[in-house]
Amino acid sequence: MFFWLAVWQGFALLVGEELLLPGPIDAAWSLVLLMGSVSFWQAAGYSAARILGGFFLAAAAGVLCAACGCAFRAVRELLQPLVDVMKAVPVASFILLALMCVPSRKLPLLISFLIVFPTVYGNVLEGSGHAEAQLLEMARVFRVPPARQIRSIYLPQVMPYFRSACSLSLGLCWKAGVAAEIIGLPAGSVGERLYTAKIYFETPELFAWTAAVVALSALSERLILGLMDRFSGGMGGA
Amino acid sequence: MDVVHLWKAYGDKLVLRDLSFSAPPGVTCIEAPSGGGKTTLLRIILGLEKADRGRVEGLEGARLAAVFQEDRLLLHAAAIENLTFVRAGEEEAAAELLEELGLPLSGQPVAEFSGGMRRRVALARALLAPSDALVLDEPFTGLDTQSRAACLACLRRRGEGKVVLLASHNPQDARELDARVVRLPAI
Repeated sequence: MFFWLAVWQGFALLVGEELLLPGPIDAAWSLVLLMGSVSFWQAAGYSAARILGGFFLAAAAGVLCAACGCAFRAVRELLQPLVDVMKAVPVASFILLALMCVPSRKLPLLISFLIVFPTVYGNVLEGSGHAEAQLLEMARVFRVPPARQIRSIYLPQVMPYFRSACSLSLGLCWKAGVAAEIIGLPAGSVGERLYTAKIYFETPELFAWTAAVVALSALSERLILGLMDRFSGGMGGA
Repeated sequence: MDVVHLWKAYGDKLVLRDLSFSAPPGVTCIEAPSGGGKTTLLRIILGLEKADRGRVEGLEGARLAAVFQEDRLLLHAAAIENLTFVRAGEEEAAAELLEELGLPLSGQPVAEFSGGMRRRVALARALLAPSDALVLDEPFTGLDTQSRAACLACLRRRGEGKVVLLASHNPQDARELDARVVRLPAI
Protein backbone atom coordinates (compact mmCIF):
# COMPACT_ATOMS: atom_id res chain seq x y z
CA MET A 1 0.00 0.00 0.00
CA PHE A 2 2.72 2.44 1.06
CA PHE A 3 4.68 1.49 -2.04
CA TRP A 4 1.80 2.46 -4.35
CA LEU A 5 1.14 5.69 -2.42
CA ALA A 6 4.83 6.51 -2.91
CA VAL A 7 4.53 5.74 -6.65
CA TRP A 8 1.47 8.03 -6.85
CA GLN A 9 3.33 10.81 -5.03
CA GLY A 10 6.30 10.30 -7.35
CA PHE A 11 4.11 10.68 -10.44
CA ALA A 12 2.39 13.75 -8.97
CA LEU A 13 5.78 15.37 -8.38
CA LEU A 14 6.83 14.42 -11.91
CA VAL A 15 3.70 15.98 -13.45
CA GLY A 16 4.04 18.95 -11.10
CA GLU A 17 0.51 20.19 -11.72
CA GLU A 18 -2.17 19.69 -9.07
CA LEU A 19 -4.95 20.26 -11.60
CA LEU A 20 -3.85 17.25 -13.63
CA LEU A 21 -2.60 14.88 -10.94
CA PRO A 22 -2.74 15.83 -7.27
CA GLY A 23 -0.59 13.80 -4.88
CA PRO A 24 -2.03 11.54 -2.17
CA ILE A 25 -1.37 14.17 0.50
CA ASP A 26 -3.41 16.79 -1.41
CA ALA A 27 -6.21 14.29 -2.03
CA ALA A 28 -6.20 13.21 1.63
CA TRP A 29 -6.31 16.84 2.81
CA SER A 30 -9.18 17.51 0.43
CA LEU A 31 -11.01 14.48 1.85
CA VAL A 32 -10.47 15.71 5.40
CA LEU A 33 -11.94 19.10 4.44
CA LEU A 34 -14.89 17.39 2.74
CA MET A 35 -15.56 15.19 5.74
CA GLY A 36 -15.82 18.29 7.88
CA SER A 37 -18.84 19.49 5.92
CA VAL A 38 -22.43 18.41 6.48
CA SER A 39 -23.06 18.17 2.74
CA PHE A 40 -20.45 15.39 2.44
CA TRP A 41 -22.32 13.19 4.89
CA GLN A 42 -25.65 14.08 3.30
CA ALA A 43 -24.36 13.06 -0.14
CA ALA A 44 -22.80 9.86 1.24
CA GLY A 45 -26.05 9.00 3.03
CA TYR A 46 -28.15 9.80 -0.04
CA SER A 47 -26.08 7.55 -2.33
CA ALA A 48 -25.62 4.76 0.24
CA ALA A 49 -29.36 4.59 0.89
CA ARG A 50 -30.18 4.18 -2.80
CA ILE A 51 -27.28 1.95 -3.84
CA LEU A 52 -27.55 -0.34 -0.82
CA GLY A 53 -31.35 -0.23 -1.09
CA GLY A 54 -30.99 -1.63 -4.60
CA PHE A 55 -28.54 -4.22 -3.29
CA PHE A 56 -30.88 -5.46 -0.54
CA LEU A 57 -33.91 -5.53 -2.84
CA ALA A 58 -31.94 -7.47 -5.47
CA ALA A 59 -30.54 -9.88 -2.87
CA ALA A 60 -34.06 -10.60 -1.55
CA ALA A 61 -35.52 -10.94 -5.04
CA GLY A 62 -32.58 -13.07 -6.18
CA VAL A 63 -32.97 -15.51 -3.27
CA LEU A 64 -36.75 -15.69 -3.72
CA CYS A 65 -36.55 -16.26 -7.47
CA ALA A 66 -33.76 -18.83 -7.04
CA ALA A 67 -35.88 -20.70 -4.47
CA CYS A 68 -38.80 -20.74 -6.93
CA GLY A 69 -36.44 -21.67 -9.75
CA CYS A 70 -35.07 -24.55 -7.69
CA ALA A 71 -38.57 -25.84 -6.96
CA PHE A 72 -40.10 -25.26 -10.42
CA ARG A 73 -38.26 -25.82 -13.66
CA ALA A 74 -40.73 -23.58 -15.53
CA VAL A 75 -39.70 -20.58 -13.36
CA ARG A 76 -36.05 -21.34 -14.06
CA GLU A 77 -36.63 -21.46 -17.80
CA LEU A 78 -38.77 -18.33 -17.74
CA LEU A 79 -36.18 -16.29 -15.83
CA GLN A 80 -33.07 -17.49 -17.65
CA PRO A 81 -33.34 -15.21 -20.75
CA LEU A 82 -34.06 -12.23 -18.51
CA VAL A 83 -31.01 -12.97 -16.35
CA ASP A 84 -28.84 -13.47 -19.44
CA VAL A 85 -29.92 -10.07 -20.80
CA MET A 86 -29.24 -8.41 -17.44
CA LYS A 87 -25.75 -9.90 -17.44
CA ALA A 88 -24.91 -9.00 -21.04
CA VAL A 89 -26.31 -5.46 -21.48
CA PRO A 90 -23.65 -2.79 -20.72
CA VAL A 91 -24.32 -0.78 -17.56
CA ALA A 92 -24.19 2.51 -19.51
CA SER A 93 -26.97 1.28 -21.84
CA PHE A 94 -29.11 0.36 -18.86
CA ILE A 95 -28.54 3.80 -17.36
CA LEU A 96 -29.45 5.65 -20.55
CA LEU A 97 -32.49 3.47 -21.19
CA ALA A 98 -33.66 3.78 -17.59
CA LEU A 99 -33.29 7.57 -17.66
CA MET A 100 -36.07 7.70 -20.23
CA CYS A 101 -38.67 6.33 -17.84
CA VAL A 102 -37.24 6.58 -14.30
CA PRO A 103 -36.61 9.81 -12.37
CA SER A 104 -32.88 10.33 -11.82
CA ARG A 105 -33.18 10.08 -8.02
CA LYS A 106 -34.36 6.46 -8.40
CA LEU A 107 -31.72 5.58 -10.98
CA PRO A 108 -28.95 4.35 -8.60
CA LEU A 109 -31.43 2.05 -6.87
CA LEU A 110 -32.56 0.53 -10.16
CA ILE A 111 -29.06 0.15 -11.59
CA SER A 112 -27.77 -1.36 -8.36
CA PHE A 113 -30.68 -3.83 -8.48
CA LEU A 114 -29.95 -4.78 -12.09
CA ILE A 115 -26.29 -5.41 -11.32
CA VAL A 116 -26.84 -7.46 -8.16
CA PHE A 117 -29.87 -9.56 -9.11
CA PRO A 118 -28.33 -11.86 -11.76
CA THR A 119 -25.29 -12.64 -9.59
CA VAL A 120 -27.32 -13.49 -6.48
CA TYR A 121 -29.94 -15.41 -8.46
CA GLY A 122 -27.33 -17.46 -10.36
CA ASN A 123 -25.21 -18.28 -7.33
CA VAL A 124 -28.09 -19.23 -5.03
CA LEU A 125 -29.64 -21.38 -7.75
CA GLU A 126 -26.34 -23.17 -8.25
CA GLY A 127 -25.88 -23.66 -4.50
CA SER A 128 -29.36 -25.10 -4.00
CA GLY A 129 -28.73 -27.46 -6.93
CA HIS A 130 -25.80 -28.86 -4.95
CA ALA A 131 -27.97 -29.83 -1.97
CA GLU A 132 -27.23 -33.48 -1.43
CA ALA A 133 -29.84 -35.72 -3.02
CA GLN A 134 -29.11 -38.44 -0.44
CA LEU A 135 -29.89 -36.09 2.46
CA LEU A 136 -33.12 -34.95 0.79
CA GLU A 137 -34.09 -38.60 0.31
CA MET A 138 -33.35 -39.27 3.99
CA ALA A 139 -35.50 -36.29 5.01
CA ARG A 140 -38.31 -37.61 2.82
CA VAL A 141 -38.23 -41.06 4.46
CA PHE A 142 -38.27 -39.51 7.95
CA ARG A 143 -41.03 -37.07 6.86
CA VAL A 144 -39.05 -34.03 8.01
CA PRO A 145 -41.07 -30.81 7.49
CA PRO A 146 -39.90 -28.60 4.57
CA ALA A 147 -38.94 -25.66 6.83
CA ARG A 148 -36.50 -27.86 8.75
CA GLN A 149 -35.12 -29.28 5.50
CA ILE A 150 -34.47 -25.75 4.22
CA ARG A 151 -32.73 -24.77 7.44
CA SER A 152 -30.57 -27.85 7.86
CA ILE A 153 -29.92 -29.09 4.32
CA TYR A 154 -30.35 -26.21 1.88
CA LEU A 155 -29.08 -23.23 3.91
CA PRO A 156 -25.67 -24.68 4.86
CA GLN A 157 -25.23 -25.62 1.20
CA VAL A 158 -26.38 -22.27 -0.22
CA MET A 159 -24.74 -19.84 2.23
CA PRO A 160 -21.19 -19.97 0.76
CA TYR A 161 -22.64 -19.33 -2.72
CA PHE A 162 -24.80 -16.45 -1.43
CA ARG A 163 -21.86 -14.94 0.46
CA SER A 164 -19.64 -15.04 -2.58
CA ALA A 165 -22.40 -13.42 -4.70
CA CYS A 166 -22.81 -10.64 -2.13
CA SER A 167 -19.08 -10.04 -1.88
CA LEU A 168 -18.77 -9.76 -5.64
CA SER A 169 -21.87 -7.66 -6.25
CA LEU A 170 -21.37 -5.18 -3.37
CA GLY A 171 -18.33 -3.69 -5.08
CA LEU A 172 -20.04 -3.76 -8.47
CA CYS A 173 -23.22 -2.07 -7.25
CA TRP A 174 -21.24 0.87 -5.84
CA LYS A 175 -19.36 1.25 -9.13
CA ALA A 176 -22.50 1.05 -11.25
CA GLY A 177 -24.62 3.09 -8.82
CA VAL A 178 -22.18 6.02 -8.77
CA ALA A 179 -21.82 5.79 -12.58
CA ALA A 180 -25.61 6.09 -12.81
CA GLU A 181 -25.50 9.16 -10.55
CA ILE A 182 -22.82 10.77 -12.70
CA ILE A 183 -24.99 10.34 -15.79
CA GLY A 184 -28.38 11.02 -14.20
CA LEU A 185 -27.10 13.72 -11.80
CA PRO A 186 -29.66 13.33 -9.01
CA ALA A 187 -29.36 16.40 -6.76
CA GLY A 188 -27.32 15.84 -3.57
CA SER A 189 -25.72 12.55 -4.62
CA VAL A 190 -22.05 11.52 -4.55
CA GLY A 191 -22.18 11.16 -8.33
CA GLU A 192 -23.32 14.75 -8.75
CA ARG A 193 -20.49 15.97 -6.49
CA LEU A 194 -17.98 13.94 -8.49
CA TYR A 195 -19.29 15.44 -11.72
CA THR A 196 -19.18 18.97 -10.32
CA ALA A 197 -15.60 18.48 -9.14
CA LYS A 198 -14.64 17.33 -12.63
CA ILE A 199 -16.43 20.27 -14.37
CA TYR A 200 -14.68 22.86 -12.14
CA PHE A 201 -11.28 21.14 -12.37
CA GLU A 202 -11.24 20.53 -8.62
CA THR A 203 -9.05 17.50 -9.15
CA PRO A 204 -8.04 16.91 -5.50
CA GLU A 205 -11.74 16.93 -4.62
CA LEU A 206 -12.40 14.48 -7.46
CA PHE A 207 -9.82 12.15 -5.96
CA ALA A 208 -11.25 12.69 -2.49
CA TRP A 209 -14.77 11.74 -3.62
CA THR A 210 -13.38 8.69 -5.40
CA ALA A 211 -11.61 7.64 -2.20
CA ALA A 212 -14.85 8.21 -0.30
CA VAL A 213 -16.72 5.88 -2.68
CA VAL A 214 -14.02 3.21 -2.29
CA ALA A 215 -14.23 3.55 1.49
CA LEU A 216 -18.05 3.37 1.49
CA SER A 217 -17.94 0.28 -0.71
CA ALA A 218 -15.34 -1.44 1.49
CA LEU A 219 -17.20 -0.49 4.67
CA SER A 220 -20.56 -1.76 3.45
CA GLU A 221 -18.96 -5.00 2.24
CA ARG A 222 -17.25 -5.58 5.57
CA LEU A 223 -20.42 -4.78 7.53
CA ILE A 224 -22.80 -6.88 5.46
CA LEU A 225 -20.49 -9.88 5.11
CA GLY A 226 -19.66 -9.69 8.83
CA LEU A 227 -23.35 -9.82 9.72
CA MET A 228 -23.83 -12.68 7.30
CA ASP A 229 -20.95 -14.67 8.85
CA ARG A 230 -22.40 -14.11 12.29
CA PHE A 231 -25.80 -15.34 11.12
CA SER A 232 -24.48 -18.42 9.34
CA GLY A 233 -22.19 -19.23 12.30
CA GLY A 234 -25.18 -19.34 14.62
CA MET A 235 -27.25 -21.28 12.12
CA GLY A 236 -25.02 -24.37 11.77
CA GLY A 237 -27.25 -26.84 13.63
CA ALA A 238 -30.47 -28.65 12.85
CA MET B 1 -45.68 -56.44 6.23
CA ASP B 2 -45.79 -58.68 3.16
CA VAL B 3 -43.56 -58.63 0.11
CA VAL B 4 -45.55 -60.17 -2.73
CA HIS B 5 -43.97 -61.50 -5.96
CA LEU B 6 -41.44 -58.68 -6.26
CA TRP B 7 -39.36 -58.31 -9.45
CA LYS B 8 -36.71 -55.71 -10.11
CA ALA B 9 -34.09 -55.36 -12.83
CA TYR B 10 -31.63 -52.63 -13.81
CA GLY B 11 -31.40 -52.87 -17.57
CA ASP B 12 -30.44 -56.49 -18.31
CA LYS B 13 -29.37 -57.23 -14.74
CA LEU B 14 -32.09 -58.96 -12.75
CA VAL B 15 -31.77 -58.08 -9.05
CA LEU B 16 -34.95 -59.46 -7.48
CA ARG B 17 -36.85 -62.40 -8.97
CA ASP B 18 -40.36 -63.18 -7.78
CA LEU B 19 -39.50 -62.49 -4.14
CA SER B 20 -42.20 -63.10 -1.55
CA PHE B 21 -42.02 -63.18 2.25
CA SER B 22 -43.86 -61.94 5.33
CA ALA B 23 -42.37 -59.84 8.11
CA PRO B 24 -44.52 -59.75 11.26
CA PRO B 25 -43.54 -57.47 14.18
CA GLY B 26 -40.06 -58.41 15.42
CA VAL B 27 -36.75 -58.60 13.63
CA THR B 28 -36.56 -60.09 10.15
CA CYS B 29 -33.04 -60.47 8.90
CA ILE B 30 -32.52 -60.32 5.14
CA GLU B 31 -29.39 -62.18 4.24
CA ALA B 32 -27.63 -62.13 0.90
CA PRO B 33 -24.09 -61.75 -0.30
CA SER B 34 -22.85 -58.30 -1.36
CA GLY B 35 -24.68 -57.16 -4.51
CA GLY B 36 -27.43 -59.68 -3.82
CA GLY B 37 -30.31 -57.17 -3.91
CA LYS B 38 -30.68 -56.34 -0.18
CA THR B 39 -30.35 -52.58 -0.64
CA THR B 40 -32.67 -52.58 -3.66
CA LEU B 41 -35.31 -54.47 -1.68
CA LEU B 42 -35.06 -52.02 1.23
CA ARG B 43 -35.25 -49.02 -1.10
CA ILE B 44 -38.43 -50.44 -2.63
CA ILE B 45 -39.90 -50.97 0.84
CA LEU B 46 -38.98 -47.36 1.76
CA GLY B 47 -40.78 -46.15 -1.37
CA LEU B 48 -37.57 -44.75 -2.90
CA GLU B 49 -37.70 -47.09 -5.91
CA LYS B 50 -40.48 -48.76 -7.82
CA ALA B 51 -40.62 -52.50 -8.35
CA ASP B 52 -41.00 -53.72 -11.92
CA ARG B 53 -43.67 -56.16 -10.76
CA GLY B 54 -45.18 -57.18 -7.43
CA ARG B 55 -45.95 -55.10 -4.35
CA VAL B 56 -45.30 -54.43 -0.67
CA GLU B 57 -48.39 -54.72 1.51
CA GLY B 58 -49.13 -53.68 5.07
CA LEU B 59 -47.07 -50.48 5.19
CA GLU B 60 -49.72 -48.15 3.80
CA GLY B 61 -49.58 -44.96 5.90
CA ALA B 62 -46.98 -46.49 8.23
CA ARG B 63 -44.20 -44.23 9.54
CA LEU B 64 -40.82 -45.60 8.53
CA ALA B 65 -37.37 -44.96 9.95
CA ALA B 66 -34.20 -46.11 8.28
CA VAL B 67 -30.48 -46.61 8.46
CA PHE B 68 -29.28 -46.25 4.88
CA GLN B 69 -26.33 -47.96 3.27
CA GLU B 70 -24.54 -44.60 3.62
CA ASP B 71 -24.76 -42.70 6.92
CA ARG B 72 -26.54 -39.68 5.38
CA LEU B 73 -25.83 -37.37 8.32
CA LEU B 74 -25.83 -33.58 8.51
CA LEU B 75 -22.07 -33.38 8.68
CA HIS B 76 -21.93 -29.75 9.88
CA ALA B 77 -24.24 -30.50 12.83
CA ALA B 78 -23.61 -32.18 16.19
CA ALA B 79 -24.85 -35.73 16.89
CA ILE B 80 -27.79 -34.49 18.96
CA GLU B 81 -28.83 -32.11 16.17
CA ASN B 82 -28.83 -34.99 13.71
CA LEU B 83 -31.27 -36.77 15.98
CA THR B 84 -33.57 -33.80 16.62
CA PHE B 85 -33.62 -33.18 12.85
CA VAL B 86 -36.01 -36.16 12.59
CA ARG B 87 -37.77 -35.51 15.91
CA ALA B 88 -37.79 -31.88 16.96
CA GLY B 89 -38.02 -30.91 20.62
CA GLU B 90 -36.82 -34.29 21.93
CA GLU B 91 -33.37 -33.21 23.08
CA GLU B 92 -33.61 -35.18 26.34
CA ALA B 93 -34.59 -38.45 24.66
CA ALA B 94 -31.92 -37.88 22.01
CA ALA B 95 -29.23 -37.30 24.65
CA GLU B 96 -30.28 -40.44 26.51
CA LEU B 97 -30.06 -42.50 23.32
CA LEU B 98 -26.66 -41.09 22.42
CA GLU B 99 -25.38 -41.98 25.88
CA GLU B 100 -26.74 -45.50 25.53
CA LEU B 101 -24.74 -45.91 22.34
CA GLY B 102 -21.59 -44.40 23.87
CA LEU B 103 -21.65 -41.25 21.75
CA PRO B 104 -20.50 -37.79 22.91
CA LEU B 105 -23.05 -35.08 23.72
CA SER B 106 -20.64 -32.27 22.84
CA GLY B 107 -21.35 -29.83 20.03
CA GLN B 108 -18.63 -31.46 17.92
CA PRO B 109 -19.82 -31.77 14.29
CA VAL B 110 -20.26 -35.36 13.14
CA ALA B 111 -17.88 -34.60 10.26
CA GLU B 112 -15.13 -35.02 12.88
CA PHE B 113 -16.44 -38.43 14.03
CA SER B 114 -14.92 -41.79 13.09
CA GLY B 115 -16.80 -44.09 10.69
CA GLY B 116 -18.07 -46.27 13.54
CA MET B 117 -19.33 -43.27 15.51
CA ARG B 118 -21.19 -41.95 12.47
CA ARG B 119 -22.81 -45.34 11.96
CA ARG B 120 -24.04 -45.29 15.57
CA VAL B 121 -25.45 -41.77 15.09
CA ALA B 122 -27.32 -43.02 12.02
CA LEU B 123 -28.75 -45.92 14.06
CA ALA B 124 -29.65 -43.61 16.96
CA ARG B 125 -31.49 -41.31 14.55
CA ALA B 126 -33.58 -44.21 13.23
CA LEU B 127 -34.34 -45.41 16.76
CA LEU B 128 -35.43 -41.96 17.95
CA ALA B 129 -37.66 -41.15 14.97
CA PRO B 130 -41.37 -41.84 15.48
CA SER B 131 -41.93 -45.04 13.50
CA ASP B 132 -43.99 -48.18 13.01
CA ALA B 133 -41.27 -50.01 11.11
CA LEU B 134 -37.48 -49.87 11.04
CA VAL B 135 -35.59 -50.52 7.81
CA LEU B 136 -31.91 -51.03 8.55
CA ASP B 137 -29.29 -51.54 5.85
CA GLU B 138 -26.13 -53.05 7.37
CA PRO B 139 -26.42 -50.88 10.52
CA PHE B 140 -23.48 -52.51 12.30
CA THR B 141 -20.87 -52.01 9.58
CA GLY B 142 -17.55 -50.74 10.90
CA LEU B 143 -18.43 -51.16 14.60
CA ASP B 144 -16.06 -52.69 17.13
CA THR B 145 -17.29 -55.54 19.37
CA GLN B 146 -18.26 -53.29 22.27
CA SER B 147 -20.14 -50.73 20.15
CA ARG B 148 -21.87 -53.52 18.24
CA ALA B 149 -23.08 -55.10 21.50
CA ALA B 150 -24.44 -51.73 22.68
CA CYS B 151 -26.23 -51.22 19.36
CA LEU B 152 -27.73 -54.73 19.41
CA ALA B 153 -29.01 -54.25 22.96
CA CYS B 154 -30.47 -50.86 22.11
CA LEU B 155 -32.18 -52.20 18.98
CA ARG B 156 -33.64 -55.14 20.90
CA ARG B 157 -35.10 -52.80 23.50
CA ARG B 158 -36.32 -49.96 21.30
CA GLY B 159 -37.41 -52.04 18.31
CA GLU B 160 -39.80 -54.14 20.38
CA GLY B 161 -43.27 -54.42 18.86
CA LYS B 162 -42.17 -52.91 15.54
CA VAL B 163 -41.52 -54.50 12.18
CA VAL B 164 -37.72 -54.44 11.92
CA LEU B 165 -36.11 -55.33 8.60
CA LEU B 166 -32.39 -55.79 8.91
CA ALA B 167 -30.22 -56.31 5.85
CA SER B 168 -27.00 -58.06 6.76
CA HIS B 169 -24.36 -60.33 5.35
CA ASN B 170 -23.34 -61.42 8.84
CA PRO B 171 -25.35 -64.49 10.07
CA GLN B 172 -24.36 -63.63 13.65
CA ASP B 173 -26.71 -60.60 13.57
CA ALA B 174 -29.79 -62.79 13.10
CA ARG B 175 -28.72 -65.20 15.85
CA GLU B 176 -28.05 -62.48 18.38
CA LEU B 177 -31.33 -60.70 17.63
CA ASP B 178 -33.29 -63.94 17.60
CA ALA B 179 -34.56 -62.94 14.17
CA ARG B 180 -36.42 -64.68 11.39
CA VAL B 181 -34.20 -65.03 8.37
CA VAL B 182 -35.06 -64.42 4.74
CA ARG B 183 -32.29 -65.47 2.36
CA LEU B 184 -32.39 -63.79 -1.01
CA PRO B 185 -31.84 -66.43 -3.67
CA ALA B 186 -28.75 -66.06 -5.84
CA ILE B 187 -29.65 -64.91 -9.37
